[in-house]
Amino acid sequence: MIRFQHVYKEYPRTGLVLQDVSLFVGKGEFIFLTGPSGAGKSSLLKLIYMEELPTKGDVWVSGVRSKGVKRKEVAKLRRKLGVVFQDFRLLEDRTAEANVAFALEVIDVPRSSIQPKVARALAQVGLAAKGTSMPREMSGGEQQRVAIARALVNDPFVLVADEPTGNLDERATRGVFQLLRDINASGTAVVMATHNLELVRRSGYRTIEINRGQVVFDSGDGDRGKKVEVLA
Amino acid sequence: MRLALRETMIGFRRAPGLSVLSITTIAFSLFAFGLFSLVAVNIRKTLSEVESRVEIRAFLADGTPVEVVSAAMGDIGAFPEVSRVEYVSPDSALARARAELGEFKDVFESAFLPASIDIRMREGHRDPETVKTIAGRIKSFEFVDDVRYGEDWVDKLYRIRNVATATGLVLGLAFAAVAVIIIGATIRMTVMARAREISIMRLVGATDAFIRRPFLIDGFLKGILGGLLALGLTWFASQVISHNFIQTAFFSRSLASLGLLGGAMIGVLGSSLSVGRHLRKV
Repeated sequence: MIRFQHVYKEYPRTGLVLQDVSLFVGKGEFIFLTGPSGAGKSSLLKLIYMEELPTKGDVWVSGVRSKGVKRKEVAKLRRKLGVVFQDFRLLEDRTAEANVAFALEVIDVPRSSIQPKVARALAQVGLAAKGTSMPREMSGGEQQRVAIARALVNDPFVLVADEPTGNLDERATRGVFQLLRDINASGTAVVMATHNLELVRRSGYRTIEINRGQVVFDSGDGDRGKKVEVLA
Repeated sequence: MRLALRETMIGFRRAPGLSVLSITTIAFSLFAFGLFSLVAVNIRKTLSEVESRVEIRAFLADGTPVEVVSAAMGDIGAFPEVSRVEYVSPDSALARARAELGEFKDVFESAFLPASIDIRMREGHRDPETVKTIAGRIKSFEFVDDVRYGEDWVDKLYRIRNVATATGLVLGLAFAAVAVIIIGATIRMTVMARAREISIMRLVGATDAFIRRPFLIDGFLKGILGGLLALGLTWFASQVISHNFIQTAFFSRSLASLGLLGGAMIGVLGSSLSVGRHLRKV
């Protein structure tokens, strides 16, 4: 489903941010991506939704290969995966419903099927009653739920979440995390970058730790996995 | 398309000040271009009026039979370069000389002027080379004493016309390029103001063509509105010049429509360049 093969990513200014990263994410997995700030977590996620392409090596996501990929293919790929960020990235002048509907409208989904899909996605994140609220009228946790609803509305096979709880208080964090678990339980894979080690420790999900651009720890990868068990 | 239109309108509504600024900027850069075009159109009109007076006058030998002159006129009239052939009798020549040179009218008392054939050239054949060739052919008629066509004058006129055309073309292109750059920069502000939407659109899988659409409509509408405003300003300027300085001709309806279409195209081009540049970066 997602495969990284000896991936390197280098930026002209910051230099090498990922070095020889190889990993595989299977269908329906829940994976935590941890590591200090600047370790390369966001870069790794960007490679999954092909915001960035590897400098060296190969990334395959749902049959799309990074090498020689066309912009149009990237656009098509993104319709099959959902992405959420720490800063929610909502359109401030549109209601929650309009924000979620926007994701369907821009990929030419027929008008008649937009409304039911939006209603279902908002219900799934527990915001059925807040469809007409504007983002500024909502709490951080609620805004993140709208962002998750927008990511889910296309029934993605994987949800990529870059520090989704980074701006939330503990209660909202627990709520959003529980939501992500529910989403995963319904069959969608989740790859979540986080600094919240408490969350990681309690969950028991597969954890990949990155440091200075290298995978230093993968609880789903043979011997290293045992190491994670010891730590957990 | 419905969504693209809606997004365009949202852009207009969200930042009305920016939209007005864009339209005004487009209008003033097109107005500068319009003023220049107005000057060019009037110079061209004056030159073509002068040009239309380019004629060859063939003076006929005394006693040339009328039938011979008629036959020759038929032959000359059939030249593709010739638009009109006119016989001027000695009496008509005298009347014309008296009219044109009023202060010497008393000098012209007897019919001493020779008869002539006046030949007007068709548009596009008034260059010195063609005029000279036709004059040479006419001179070869036996009964033609002399041929005059103001060689120096035709030469100068043609040079002025060429210089005016070349200057017009270069300046016109420069003005158009400046307009495209200014409009591109203006629309770039709109693109930057909507960078968040663009990034979200890309994130959820919108294609570049889809993202471009509202901006192209935006550029088109602003180009049309700016063009209309520029046309109004140019018309006003032409009225002021006509009333206070010199009678000026305004653009024909088709030229004005072409200008509007040009404005719209510049808007689309400016938008396309700005959004394309932005998309390449994100």
